[in-house]
Amino acid sequence: MSTALPRPLLDIRNLEKRFDLDHGLLETVKLRGGKLTREMRSVHAVNNVSLSAQKGEALCVVGESGCGKSTVARLVAGLLEPTHGEIHYDGSRIDNLSRGAMAPLRKKIQMIFQNPYASLNPRMTIQQTLEEPVRFHNPGYSKGEMQDRVVEVMRSVGVDPAWSKRYPHEFSGGQRQRIAIARALTVDPEFIIADEPISALDVSIQAQVLNLMLEAKESRGLTYLFITHDLSVVEHFGTRVAVLYLGSVCEVAETRTLFENPKHPYTRALLSAVPQLKDDRPNHIRLKGEIPTPINLPPGCPFQSRCPMANARCSEEKPMAQKQPDGSLVSCHAVEEDRITEIA
Amino acid sequence: MSLLSVRDLTVKFAMREQTVTALNGISFDLAKGERLGIVGESGAGKSITGFALMNLLSRPGYIDSGEILFEGDDVVQMKPRALQDMRGNRMAMIFQDPMVTLNPVLTIGEQMVETLRAHRQLSREEARQIAILKLREVYIPSPEERLEQYPHELSGGMRQRIIIAIALLLDPQLIIADEPTTALDVTIQADIMELMLELCQSNQVSLILITHDLGVVSQMTERTMVMYAGRIIETGSTRAIINDPQHPYTQGLINALPQQTKPGQRLKQIQGTMPALGRIPAGCPFNPRCEYATATCRSQIPPMSQFAQVQVACHEVQRLQFEAEANRKEELA
Amino acid sequence: MSSYIETPNQSRLNRIWQSHMAYSFRRNPVAVVSMAVFLFIAVTSFLAPLIAPYNPYDPAQIDIMNSEYPPAWAEGALPEFLLGTDDQGRDLLSTILYGTRLSIIIGLCAVGLQAFLGISIGLLAGYIGGRLDSLLMRLADIQLSFSTLMVAIIFLAVTQALFGSETFNRYAIFFLVAVIGVAEWPQYARTVRATVLAEKKKEYVDSARVLGFGPMRIMVRHILPNSLSPIFVISTVQVANAIISEASLSFLGLGMPPSQPSLGSLISSGFDYIFSGSWWITVIPGIVLVVLVLVINLLGDWMRDVLNPKLYKG
Repeated sequence: MSTALPRPLLDIRNLEKRFDLDHGLLETVKLRGGKLTREMRSVHAVNNVSLSAQKGEALCVVGESGCGKSTVARLVAGLLEPTHGEIHYDGSRIDNLSRGAMAPLRKKIQMIFQNPYASLNPRMTIQQTLEEPVRFHNPGYSKGEMQDRVVEVMRSVGVDPAWSKRYPHEFSGGQRQRIAIARALTVDPEFIIADEPISALDVSIQAQVLNLMLEAKESRGLTYLFITHDLSVVEHFGTRVAVLYLGSVCEVAETRTLFENPKHPYTRALLSAVPQLKDDRPNHIRLKGEIPTPINLPPGCPFQSRCPMANARCSEEKPMAQKQPDGSLVSCHAVEEDRITEIA
Repeated sequence: MSLLSVRDLTVKFAMREQTVTALNGISFDLAKGERLGIVGESGAGKSITGFALMNLLSRPGYIDSGEILFEGDDVVQMKPRALQDMRGNRMAMIFQDPMVTLNPVLTIGEQMVETLRAHRQLSREEARQIAILKLREVYIPSPEERLEQYPHELSGGMRQRIIIAIALLLDPQLIIADEPTTALDVTIQADIMELMLELCQSNQVSLILITHDLGVVSQMTERTMVMYAGRIIETGSTRAIINDPQHPYTQGLINALPQQTKPGQRLKQIQGTMPALGRIPAGCPFNPRCEYATATCRSQIPPMSQFAQVQVACHEVQRLQFEAEANRKEELA
Repeated sequence: MSSYIETPNQSRLNRIWQSHMAYSFRRNPVAVVSMAVFLFIAVTSFLAPLIAPYNPYDPAQIDIMNSEYPPAWAEGALPEFLLGTDDQGRDLLSTILYGTRLSIIIGLCAVGLQAFLGISIGLLAGYIGGRLDSLLMRLADIQLSFSTLMVAIIFLAVTQALFGSETFNRYAIFFLVAVIGVAEWPQYARTVRATVLAEKKKEYVDSARVLGFGPMRIMVRHILPNSLSPIFVISTVQVANAIISEASLSFLGLGMPPSQPSLGSLISSGFDYIFSGSWWITVIPGIVLVVLVLVINLLGDWMRDVLNPKLYKG
């Protein structure tokens, strides 16, 4: 699969993001064993993450809470600045641009958020919400052109344009998410970052919104960076999947490869934990303990504390991504040393 | 005799413009040790059912009519004193969000001991011993230390385990769990579900599991009840409901799951959204979203009737079955 | 989908009438009575030039011989002076109407100034954050550690000495508005900053940033309209406070001159005569002041309950 790939649309290289917990001098001074010491605590939300997405692809990032998947989305969207690393879009670096230099890219990269109840301004009508980005990015538009554009995007997401004078609170969650998608589409983007776009919605509504996103992908040739915790959605929607754990990438693979042959012990556990309709009792790979906090991470593999395969090497040395015969990238000493046995 | 028997339970909410009916003639039975799943989307009335069973509804909601017989006593008619005695003691509830269920200013130990001593004549030390025992039952490592900790010092999964331990403290006959794992991660959810299943089976506790996740219901329960707009629309054994659902809504709900469609294909979606409580249409509440709806569906509320292996409230269930059969034959041919 | 909304488009007025706020207003007798009293005081005082029987600013209508007549129901009263007269022989009713108008105008203008300063500073501090936030909020802390009255007294005393009584009296109203306005901006700045910090985290702000909007646009078009509820609530409380501050300053002789009396200076001027039996010059304007402030505060309480049950009184 990797032979002569064209230049990726999105290329994330060695991305890192730390959030400092202690601000100012006073908070960093701690009393330890009778001595005053200065220590900085920081959350290592994203550690050395490299990912890329080809045009027309839907790259899914999955993981549990605290794994840094939303941080990755916000970094790519330019809502946060990376501590280290680079983000390249269509061949040029975008992580260090000023707001002015970023402006043309804003039309190309758009974002859809998790909570449709918070992502629309409650004091603006749908018309105003949709018109604002059009007017902002196309100052030359006449009133008629603007109106046409708004009607067109509303139609394309299946919301009746007759409702444009209403406020967000008059719509259901699914409708609001459609409107949020419509707003992202008003500027005709080519790349959409979707941060858990359906997890706040009901099952039957999830299907509607997912279908809408698939339609938009086909009709507009969109590329997605899709952040989710729901593996069944990934299997359906994604072309490639990256599994994140505590800010590090465990495994990146084509969707089908990952679901048919998961390699990283964490990926396996995650897949087994999804409740299936055919199961008549829970059957999953049990993991020890719970996800540790990402504050001042220990050296070694981030998954070692819960991994059934962990050994001394795992607690000392952080595994690097290794290419597997089927094309997937796996960061695991156990996989590398071929000592994975059937667990559970 | 069944442990719990609900007959024609109707719950209303007195809103300022109108009084809306949130639950409409709910009837079901639950045997001792049985595990029942209540499935539905938000607004279906599943959480309200849970609250009504404990008689915990607060203004503007109230039980309008019907009876809830729990071990022979009618919960609806119970005096406050008797209710207090029943709640936590014979019937316990586990809520969705482990972050808010525990009191943040009391240690785990204080909360557990208090609960025990409110219902039983026990010394502090005896209560503490029982608490430790229960924490051990939910696989909490070093329970003695946990008793001294405050809720914020524990992770979400740990908190939900402790909430389960508190629910089990007084050996209740019935546990009502309202989306107990929705706020948790998948790997933690799987552990908690397994734990609950194990505890219910070993202690012969009945479970009512309220959830939107059909996968969870499939793993956890023997019987399933599907709710829509305040009514039960289908009920039967969990396997029958999942493998051979009869109501178009249940079918739609199952078919809408991404697992049911080939990757990249359009999901089979149900059009529209569930009506708000004040706007439930006449006839079958599902009729505006149903592709099989007829004039009868728009005017008459369908009664519950036995069909195939389930009880279903649908006028057109026979035609549906017939068409499904025809489709199957067509596919084979 | 068409099943979702069946209600026809309502007219704007109808919508306001149906709204939660209007509903809770109708259901709350205290709020209704307060509103009625406030409207009565406000309307009569603003119509003072039309309805007052005399013009207290017109020396030609004042006769010193009419001074200190008691209210009409007391003994020895003149029927043409319903609430009696003050020490200079002005009709008390007319003077109170004009005085209330002045008090309300000063209160509203001072709060307008406070709101302008406080909202701008609060928005900047909350949205931009970092050092600017620390700087502005420490400024607010310093400002708050001086009592409003103390600042006002010093400022007004100095200006009075600087410009002389004549000029000061002519521009007293502007000085009062300025000093009360400037002294209380931190109340607004803090409340606005707190709301902005909460609103800033919401996804609609992120989505505005992703759409490329600039900080000014996001602050003014997106965050500010969503921070209005607490601003309304503290505004009512602040208007009441400003009216009291004005009255206190005037009472101390640092506010409106006796020739253009506000409620405070009227109370003050009557105070000298209270022991000689002319209680009405102080008591009647005092009652008006208390009622005015009380109804404004009651309205503020109601509004706070409706708009944000969690917000504490500022």
